[in-house]
Amino acid sequence: MRYVLLAVVLTGAVMLGGCNEGVLDPQGPIAEANRQILLNSLGIMLAIVIPVILATLGVAFWFRASNVRARYRPDFAYSGRLEVLVWSIPAMTVFLVGGVAWVGAHDVSPRKPIPSTVKPLRIQVASLDWKWLFIYPDQGVASVNRLTIPVGTPISLELTSSGVMNSFFVPQLGSQIYTMAGMITHLNLLAEHSGTYRGFSAQFSGEGFSDMHFDAEAVTDEKFTQWLNAVRSAGPALDPTTYADLAKPSAAVAPFTYRSVAPGLFGSITVSEMQSDDALCRSYPTSMRAEQ
Amino acid sequence: MSLLGKLNWTAIPFDQPIIMGATGGMVLFIGLVLAWVTLKGYVPYLWREWITSVDHKRIGVMYIVLALLMLLRGFADAIMMRSQQAVAAGGAQGYLPPEHFDQIFSAHGTIMIFFMAMPFVIGMMNFVVPLQLGVRDMAFPTLNSVALGLTASGILLTNISLAVGEFSKAGWVAYPPLSELQFSPGVGVDYYLWALQISGVGTLMTGINFVATILKTRASGMTYMRMPVFCWTSLAANLLIVAAFPVLTATLAMLSLDRYLGFHFFTIDGQGNAMMYVNLFWVWGHPEVYILVLPAFGIFSEVVSTFSGKPLFGYRSMVAATMVICVLSFVVWLHHFFTMGAGANVNGFFGVMTMIIAVPTGVKVFNWLFTMYGGRIRFTVPILWSIGFMVTFVIGGMTGVLMAVPPADFALHNSLFLIAHFHNVIIGGTVFGLMAGYNYWFPKAFGFQLDERWGRASFWCWLVGFYLAFMPLYVLGLMGMTRRMQHYDVAGWQPWLVVAAIGVAVILAGIVCQVIQLVVSIRKREQLKVTADPWNGRTLEWATASPPPAWNFSVLPTVADIDAFWKKKQDDRRHQAASPKERHFEPIEMPKSSATGVVTAFFAVIFGFAMIWHIWWMAGVGILGAFLTTLAFAFRSEEETEVTPEQIARFELTNGAEIAL
Repeated sequence: MRYVLLAVVLTGAVMLGGCNEGVLDPQGPIAEANRQILLNSLGIMLAIVIPVILATLGVAFWFRASNVRARYRPDFAYSGRLEVLVWSIPAMTVFLVGGVAWVGAHDVSPRKPIPSTVKPLRIQVASLDWKWLFIYPDQGVASVNRLTIPVGTPISLELTSSGVMNSFFVPQLGSQIYTMAGMITHLNLLAEHSGTYRGFSAQFSGEGFSDMHFDAEAVTDEKFTQWLNAVRSAGPALDPTTYADLAKPSAAVAPFTYRSVAPGLFGSITVSEMQSDDALCRSYPTSMRAEQ
Repeated sequence: MSLLGKLNWTAIPFDQPIIMGATGGMVLFIGLVLAWVTLKGYVPYLWREWITSVDHKRIGVMYIVLALLMLLRGFADAIMMRSQQAVAAGGAQGYLPPEHFDQIFSAHGTIMIFFMAMPFVIGMMNFVVPLQLGVRDMAFPTLNSVALGLTASGILLTNISLAVGEFSKAGWVAYPPLSELQFSPGVGVDYYLWALQISGVGTLMTGINFVATILKTRASGMTYMRMPVFCWTSLAANLLIVAAFPVLTATLAMLSLDRYLGFHFFTIDGQGNAMMYVNLFWVWGHPEVYILVLPAFGIFSEVVSTFSGKPLFGYRSMVAATMVICVLSFVVWLHHFFTMGAGANVNGFFGVMTMIIAVPTGVKVFNWLFTMYGGRIRFTVPILWSIGFMVTFVIGGMTGVLMAVPPADFALHNSLFLIAHFHNVIIGGTVFGLMAGYNYWFPKAFGFQLDERWGRASFWCWLVGFYLAFMPLYVLGLMGMTRRMQHYDVAGWQPWLVVAAIGVAVILAGIVCQVIQLVVSIRKREQLKVTADPWNGRTLEWATASPPPAWNFSVLPTVADIDAFWKKKQDDRRHQAASPKERHFEPIEMPKSSATGVVTAFFAVIFGFAMIWHIWWMAGVGILGAFLTTLAFAFRSEEETEVTPEQIARFELTNGAEIAL
């Protein structure tokens, strides 16, 4: 049993110590909220789980057959008081964690805009086999396998997939979300500090999946403008023809950018697969609709 | 169209040394076993007494043998995955290309859930439930044998995929669009579909059979509230099978229609909607979790109570908790994909419902704790597994509730944290429970106990190995490592993956100990011989001989309380039971052995294989053969054989239990 305790302690130490690049090292308000909710829930539950583990080991040890000091009560099989206790302890724990879950689900809803005085930057994300395409519709540029964003500006993402389902996730910025063909999901993120954060697909999508990661680079406003200017001045243009080339399956693609984007290209990725207002999608209850 | 559909010599991967090695090893092993059995002249005996047997005890044992073999197969996959991830860091690609790695994790999940855990649980229920109910067989004995045959067919098809063609590369959940023809044109997904469809029919038959048996054929006087808890949890699990498995069958049938006939249920074109598959899959998938774990809860209840020398604490609470879990398991499926972008109310609802299931589960843990409280605990192997379970399972339950909080799940979904969580509950819950049950009921099944020392060694290796293998995965999940990676470029992950690989090696040592335990016990069986009631048990299975006769009970028991056998033993201290010589036995009608199961299974394999390879004429032969077999069974005139009172009296004189009920 001491191995158990050792493992628990070890895990706990790592959790509290925090670790680089992961869920426990947030760089924005959404990831911070993810982490806080995770730790709060964990704390509430540890308050009951640790005593239960200790009690189990303690009771098992004390009531061993060889212990003559332990009282044998062969008929102790019911106690109304204990029954009440036994049902109410987990119920109260769940009441607390359930509250955290319900409130959290609303506070950290991926669709909820992040309150800020700065106007959000729109980015359209498409997962292709096996790379990420980021379109900046208002700036008219696009980038493959590198997401460059300004620090302190809310990022409003619209996401879809060219085929297979993927999940867009930058742990240090927070909340992942699926990308699904023919549907658009929404996600709002914000980076508070500049830096390079690891992003990847968190949903297995076939052969090139392991290389389907990208860097999310959070830079200052000035650097973002410089980057935009640099992008606009070089590289290919993204239009239906170049998109068709890009969409062909390929893995471990080195990041590059497009100097311009044909208007409506993102919409064509979405509708080419399925009309977003078709009967099947409409039959979903509004709350379950990924596209709106 | 070719006579053999898509099948030709290129289907066999002669150029893949790892696959050919594994295949060769498997064929060699099966060949050696068959040769040994034939040379020793065991074939007629096996055919008569086992393969065509409709005895629930024999069928139970065969299920468990299948499950243990598949445990080895699934575990071999686990070793390959862990070793691949331990080395494939930075620029390294490891020794398994994606093509192969993707098949391995898909096969590992499919085999462990459908062909290890399910047959193990069903085998355990088969052996124990009729004995605990105090009856002579299942409600439909031949159906039981057919169900076993179909499960074996699914297992066979999955293993054929190793040698002929390929297995699915779309994960054990086979989400479309990836599993659709457009992205998975090979036969891998078809192997997955037909193996699961065929074994799924068998599982549904089992479910119907158990529900009928438990509801309709209990010992006289055994009201619902006098049933042993294992029977209650089995009832709940089988109700779940009956309610949930048709959903899986329909879902996989829709995917098959997409793949075979160009339908558009889940495709990305033609207005298909892949998320419907994901929803339907988990409408089956979450109850499935409880199908696996509820019987294990039942086993722990029996084991903890027996070895504490006390009745189960809060029996009524236990029953209520079981049935609450049974119902609630159907309203939590969406927690498997909070990240699909549903609204906050939907996510919030399913998050809270998921946590509510933790309440009855928590009640169970407390009740086991209070069962031990005031007991006289004998630290045998089964109770070690039970205590190991209680400690491990609360950790797994806690991480489960953690991921039921939607914002936490947004960060942990699909990460190795999730992998650690569900192995924590499936190994820590189901597998530990099955191991406890295996050690607990083995003497009942074979008349001798399993060696305690090797049993302890295997337990400690499993426990330590489990923590070493899966605690690092929790950490890796928090570090942002997602599942199913064939290689990765973050150097910081590697040390943790190496520890996990060492953990798997320790679990391997545990499995080796179990094999040794079995061999040693068989060799020492005369020393380890037991009477009817080796553990001082409480329920009816301990009232009959070890191993029990084909007819289970020479005189059917009458029950007046929970823990009927225990109460009887208390009374018998005062009243000595009559000796078998003076007792009067009635003739017993027992169902006749039948080849229906094995013949149906034969045709089912032909059908499945033909469907996978598009050999339509052969599929016709398979389905027609299976149908005609059932028809022939329906028309047979003689269904039962009679066991005479003399046979029974003879058995009782030599093997009879000391306590007559």
